[in-house]
Amino acid sequence: MSDETNSSTSPGPEGDGNTTGAPSRRAVLGWGGAGLALGAAAAGGTVAALTSGTGTVPAGMTGEAVPFHGAHQAGIASAVQDRLHFAAFDVKTKDRAELVRLLQDWTRAAERMTAGLPVGEGAVGGLPEAPPDDTGEALGLKPNRLTLTVGFGPSLFAKGRFGLEDRRPEALIDLELFPGDNLDPVRSGGDLCVQACADDPQVAVHAIRQLARIGFGKTVMRWSQLGFGKTSSTTPEEQTPRNMMGFKDGTRNISGTDTAALDKHVWVSATDAPGASSWMVGGSYLVARRIRMNIEIWDRTPLQEQEDIFGRDKAEGAPVGKSKERDEPFLKAMKPEAHVRLAHPDTNDGATILRRGYSFTDGTDGLGRLDAGLFFLAYQRDVRKGFVPIQRNLAKSDVLNEYIQHVGSAVFAVPPGVRDADDWWGRALLS
Amino acid sequence: MRPARLSVLTAAAVAAALTAVTGCAEKSDSAGGDGAIHVSATDSACEVSKKEFPAGKATIEVENKGSKVTEVYVLFPDGRIVTERENIGPGTKASITAEIKAGDYEIACKPGMTGDGIKQQVKATGKGSTEKRDPALDAAVAAYRTYVQQQADETLPKAQAFVDAVKAGDVEAAKKAYAPSRIGWERTEPVAESFGDIDPKIDVREDGLEAGQDPAKDWTGWHRLEKSLWADNKIGDTEKKLADTLMADLTDWTKKIGTAEITPTSMANGAKELLDEVASGKVTGEEERYSRTDLVDFKANIEGAQKAYELLKPVAAKNDPALAGELDKQFAAMTTLLDKYRADKSGYDFQSYDTVKDDQRKELSDAVSALGEPLSKLAAAVVK
Repeated sequence: MSDETNSSTSPGPEGDGNTTGAPSRRAVLGWGGAGLALGAAAAGGTVAALTSGTGTVPAGMTGEAVPFHGAHQAGIASAVQDRLHFAAFDVKTKDRAELVRLLQDWTRAAERMTAGLPVGEGAVGGLPEAPPDDTGEALGLKPNRLTLTVGFGPSLFAKGRFGLEDRRPEALIDLELFPGDNLDPVRSGGDLCVQACADDPQVAVHAIRQLARIGFGKTVMRWSQLGFGKTSSTTPEEQTPRNMMGFKDGTRNISGTDTAALDKHVWVSATDAPGASSWMVGGSYLVARRIRMNIEIWDRTPLQEQEDIFGRDKAEGAPVGKSKERDEPFLKAMKPEAHVRLAHPDTNDGATILRRGYSFTDGTDGLGRLDAGLFFLAYQRDVRKGFVPIQRNLAKSDVLNEYIQHVGSAVFAVPPGVRDADDWWGRALLS
Repeated sequence: MRPARLSVLTAAAVAAALTAVTGCAEKSDSAGGDGAIHVSATDSACEVSKKEFPAGKATIEVENKGSKVTEVYVLFPDGRIVTERENIGPGTKASITAEIKAGDYEIACKPGMTGDGIKQQVKATGKGSTEKRDPALDAAVAAYRTYVQQQADETLPKAQAFVDAVKAGDVEAAKKAYAPSRIGWERTEPVAESFGDIDPKIDVREDGLEAGQDPAKDWTGWHRLEKSLWADNKIGDTEKKLADTLMADLTDWTKKIGTAEITPTSMANGAKELLDEVASGKVTGEEERYSRTDLVDFKANIEGAQKAYELLKPVAAKNDPALAGELDKQFAAMTTLLDKYRADKSGYDFQSYDTVKDDQRKELSDAVSALGEPLSKLAAAVVK
């Protein structure tokens, strides 16, 4: 949980009982720290103040820590890091108390790891005859802005499991099968997920590995995905990163400091989650899709066609007929089936999602082609009003579909942040 | 079988909680001046700073001055391993700590980590100061020693039945007797493996042979016969001779096993290593690739691990009740799961591993992880 997202949520931008206290001087100086939030607050919640950050050092360079505690989980609106290790778990235990203990143990381990500390008693110096508490591959590395974000899948709420069937929020739907989906069940679903983002892949992988280890006997990793090269950012002052097709996609992503947009599109409000689902207030819903790209075919596509497909030019990322990446797109100038046009909020009754996707490359597919693409991660206030309408629209007509295929899918309810050292992931749901 | 790793008892008397685990970082003023035994290893020499040292807790400081990765062993005169350290890179130092009783030993350096090594005779003198141990742990060690011997003794007649069938040329009878003959061995495998020379003769798989070894000449033991029986479906003179060799090697094993170094922590880590065996060889179906009797070995490994745990449990449960609770639960879950693959719960007639589907193998693998992880904490709980 980073400070800027704390202050960007209800009940107000000025301070909301944020347990991490006033932002430190160090945090103010960092891009990932409270400086942005203060700037945003001073500017009335707009991003106008953000460009004044000249002279600051990007957090990714300093290896600093992102605060773990707060009203929202870090890893959603906080600045997107360079690397991802995402894991979905099946819960094996049938004992609710054991599930609670697991989430408590995970929370305590996450607090340490996001601060750059090893798990438990550490990787060295313990009993010589016992395996160390921490596996040690992150020893000596800085926190690298590690964030760990937990979500609960629909299957966790199934009847006869943990007595949570009445607490499943309506917005936590089972995703429909969209046209063109070719979903692999062993890369889909999961009772729990953990999204680990960091600027160093070793740090992200280490974190997932420790949580998996703590979970043995209670959880089993169902699938996982490594990601590199973030494909969208929550920091609009940076250039939009490119995807594996060489294009800037997701230019109009929600800014991590745009309080109003986050409240409107990302954070679950009290009216969204009445009664038994109120544990989700301050949380968000995550859709994860493994999108395979037919890289080789794409690479044989003429430049003009590529640009027409996206609706942006390849060099600058400017929308059709415009000159700069962030110029307001004129949708009617684009081909009717251009990706940007179909994905745009204006085409989808305003549906807007916060994207945090990463590129992936998992070797070859046995046919000599790269198994590569986009690991799409989107956060929203309600999946039914966010991802679903947009994907319906895209699945129906997007010309990009000739070059991509959705091969994995999962949806998770991401609970609000861990408030303090006594709180834990899912407390409001499970206690 | 595990060709490359003979670790279970290598920790033999490593006193727990010794801070010397990070000994490589400790300053040693001058050769021998700190009480440590200094070993200077090169590609062609293994110099030991003192040939005699007081029995008890000994620290061996190794410096590899050679160009090859080396390993250093302390061996009993009969070749059993007291303690060892593998993978000491060129130009690096390592510290080995062990409790060594009075007697004659050899220190061996193995440049390139192959062969018998360059050996030096050494002697531990005096009565030494052995750590005082909880009598309950001594009792556990004694009971485990009895168990290990029993397993070996009970294996002999079963192995004899197998060998007799092979020698009679009765392929079907030999196939039937094969898996039961291995149960005692599989239950106590970490102890059996501590005799570095026996395991490669008895339980090596074809891919476990060392470089330069010829399967036609150098491959002996159960799995060699397994291949003849199931893959070739025949018994020839070679197989009959191999059966005799197996029997002789197993007899040798039953004689040696009583002398194994066993400590509470080696028992605990041995239990964990049995789970490692399951995870690396049985769940994957590599161990019994011809006979597909992997589940028999699997069951025997679990039983051996559980025996060691049950004996250590009085102490472990006192030091770490949560861990004992978890282990009880996971052993029970593992047993229940394995029972699904045999009709008679008192017998060892398990389903062929061929018939175990992928999702079932995953379920078995998950159960092994669920048991193996807490079991790896048993050693710490025992010595707390």
